[in-house]
Amino acid sequence: MGLNRRTFLNTILGGGFLGWLGSFFYPVLTFLVPPKIPEANVQSVNAGAIADIPPNSSKILKFGRIPVLLIRTKTGKFSAVAATCTHLDCTVQYRKDRQDIWCACHNGTYNLAGRNISGPPPKPLNQYVINIVDKEVLISKPKQVG
Amino acid sequence: MFKKTIDWLDERFNIQPLFEFMSHKEVPVHKHSLWYYMGGVAMILFVVQAMTGMLLLLYYQPGVDSAYESIRFITTKVSFGWLFRSVHSWSANLMVFFVFVHMFSAFFTRTYAKPRELTWVTGAVLFLLAMVFGFSGYLLPWNELAFFATKVGTDIAGAVPIIGEPIKVLLRGGDSVTGATLSRFYAFHIALLPAIFTVMLFLHLLFVQRQGMHEPEFFKELPTEKKRMMPFFPNFILRDVLLWGVILNILLYLAVFFPWELGVKADAFAPAPEGIRPEWYFMFMFQSLKLLPAHFLIMEGEVFGILFFGIGGLVWFSVPFWDVYIKESIRPKVLKWFGIIVIIFILIMTAWGYLV
Amino acid sequence: MKRLIMSIFCIHLAIIFMAATALGQEKSRFDKNDQCVICHKDLEAMPENFEESDIHMQKGLSCAGCHGGDSTSDDEEVAKRKGSGFIGVPKGKAIIEMCGKCHSDIAFMRQYQPRIATDQVQQYAKSFHGQKLAKGDTKVATCASCHMAHSIFPAIDPRSTIYSLNIPETCHKCHSDEEYMKEYNIPTNQYDKYVKSVHGIALLEKQDTGAPACNDCHGNHGAMPPGISSIGHICGTCHVNNQAYFSKSKMAIEFEEADLHACEECHGNHEIQKTHDDMVGTGETSTCVECHDEGESAYETAEKIHTELIGLVTAFNSANVLLKKIERVGMDDLDMSYAVKDAKQRLLSARTLVHTFDADRVKVKTDEGLEFAKKALAFGKEELDELDFRRFGFGIATFFMTIVLVALYFKIKDMERDE
Repeated sequence: MGLNRRTFLNTILGGGFLGWLGSFFYPVLTFLVPPKIPEANVQSVNAGAIADIPPNSSKILKFGRIPVLLIRTKTGKFSAVAATCTHLDCTVQYRKDRQDIWCACHNGTYNLAGRNISGPPPKPLNQYVINIVDKEVLISKPKQVG
Repeated sequence: MFKKTIDWLDERFNIQPLFEFMSHKEVPVHKHSLWYYMGGVAMILFVVQAMTGMLLLLYYQPGVDSAYESIRFITTKVSFGWLFRSVHSWSANLMVFFVFVHMFSAFFTRTYAKPRELTWVTGAVLFLLAMVFGFSGYLLPWNELAFFATKVGTDIAGAVPIIGEPIKVLLRGGDSVTGATLSRFYAFHIALLPAIFTVMLFLHLLFVQRQGMHEPEFFKELPTEKKRMMPFFPNFILRDVLLWGVILNILLYLAVFFPWELGVKADAFAPAPEGIRPEWYFMFMFQSLKLLPAHFLIMEGEVFGILFFGIGGLVWFSVPFWDVYIKESIRPKVLKWFGIIVIIFILIMTAWGYLV
Repeated sequence: MKRLIMSIFCIHLAIIFMAATALGQEKSRFDKNDQCVICHKDLEAMPENFEESDIHMQKGLSCAGCHGGDSTSDDEEVAKRKGSGFIGVPKGKAIIEMCGKCHSDIAFMRQYQPRIATDQVQQYAKSFHGQKLAKGDTKVATCASCHMAHSIFPAIDPRSTIYSLNIPETCHKCHSDEEYMKEYNIPTNQYDKYVKSVHGIALLEKQDTGAPACNDCHGNHGAMPPGISSIGHICGTCHVNNQAYFSKSKMAIEFEEADLHACEECHGNHEIQKTHDDMVGTGETSTCVECHDEGESAYETAEKIHTELIGLVTAFNSANVLLKKIERVGMDDLDMSYAVKDAKQRLLSARTLVHTFDADRVKVKTDEGLEFAKKALAFGKEELDELDFRRFGFGIATFFMTIVLVALYFKIKDMERDE
């Protein structure tokens, strides 16, 4: 009986110890695996291959927590601006017909460099830097002004 | 296999005496034995701090623009990041708590007396380091409460006569709390303090092991055959482990059910939010300083408060060196009441700080 | 020899440098031989508000340029003699003519500013001020009333009385003076109302120079109160969508038939306040019920629009509260914050669509908004569930851990009993 009790205790302790090791190493090891977005302060985002973005089109990308509007003009040039209107934070869009940036909420317009050209927006949109590396479009943080 | 390894090591490093020592070491068993475990608990919590801290370092980015974001990143995007962050915060508080308990139990059982003066002194240093650890770590998430608490805390340091202002500038890395302060606190928190702390902890443990467990007066007077002892290894260690298990469980419970909040990102130019308060272990000092009038005796109230706590701390931590001057017959009584008054003062001030 | 060349070189360099600095500095505006200034300064008889950096002074147009006379003579008798062209202080029409002499002549003006307008005198003639002046009323504003006479600055100069931030103050000088305005029978409280309005606050407190001052609605040289038909267009220069929706609505036609003042009817004029959702609907603060009574279909429409808006606002607010909570406890708020943003955008659009007075169009937007608010709440709930799941998972872990600890306890007991 005493022996059985001892074996029983030892089994529980041994198993418990192993379980404990597991419950220690599992979180630690998964913690070490970098998440999909590898850092908190996103410095640049890959917008995909040039070929996948036809001229005179646009798309919204998530630059960390900030939506960014990537535009490819009719002539094939790229431009990226913060997609949040400086008036009341609506999301702006690229107008294929007029080839400018337009905010639907109050009809504000910006040119493709993000300058506010009509309507209520009080400030230009932040312009992001575009780099083409290996036929892929990389968008990186706007240079701080001042 | 195990034995072979030991033999191999013994042959080279002569570790047998270590085992001899371990097997002979005994821990007294009496009604105050419980207090022997408090230091161990504080130590295991320090180990937890070191481990979770190292993990957090993998993702934390100091800096005004990145500190808060990186912690949000840890708690939201990194697998189990929330757990390690929460455990780190809770464990820090528990550690300070157990350091307090350990210190007061050592005071009341008067373990600091000859020949253990240096154990007490290293303990005092560890206590102060733990507080500074807490203070510096509090700022690292760069949230609103931490920002203003640091501002107030360093302001208090700046009120110290003569050396205060340079100390303040040194702490802040400039005239006000900025990104420079964050960098500094980060360096203190992850490099400077751990290094000193580890050395001190090593010394502290070395002294304890070398001198053996302290026996209280009444226990010493017992005849040898009536002294109940417990082997340090494995009995005491196993009990230690049992208690550590319980504490770790409580820690996990706190971390999961009361996850440490992220707060609102600090904005240096926002008005100070309501209810800025320091961490609880600074509360009694903070509250006392708040209660002092603008002018007290011949000096500013704040300066008086700082001097009071400075001298008070010095008296407290130098107790092994002056208690011998008290007449032996009344010594235990005097010290007991001294300790009780200190505890009551701390408790009242802390409660006051939270209730008002 | 080398040293000599070197020092000569250095001296030259120093001279050139000094000359350059002297040129770079603003030269004193006065011609040293301008006897008008010399005498008037001596006698301390310079005009009030005189500024040396006045634009005309800067460009070399001194006293005699406007007042006539001979500025080369230090004798007053000679300087102001007949035939010297001295006109003294011009009044009324004479001011307009005097300024117009140069300012209506593009051939002259473009030397200074190629793009400058030269139609001010023409415009002025058609303004209320100009019409009154033509009839002989000399109390009305002329060029110098707004631009000043001796401290004229371009409109972009913050010192200027016609800098956008200073315009309300400039008009207010006369228009708020009850005594002065008595005979014209118009209100004098426009300024007091304006400073409390959303435009006044934006311009004067927030210093947003994009916000309209008096002249942005009334015009400057051709100042007039806008007519009924033009109010919509005037507001519409900035509030583009609102104007576009309104002008195509049923309401616009009916307004016109009833001689009602478009935007002004609901929003007021000088004292325009920030809008709120209860301006539409059937509540106490609603502007709809000023004309529409219960039982009319318009009354129902108003009620419907209001219900739609409030519905979305409520959903948006609760999503926002949850978002704040999610952020504070440190759960993942990214997807949720995007959805909340989308909901807000629909809310803003829906509010603008109120100006169609078409409940169905508003409903389309608010429904979209509700969808996003719902999505946001779902994201938020997911995060909270995740928080609960952690607790549950931990509960299980604790259970096993407790068993191990109990086992350890008995193990110690066993061990000590054996000894």
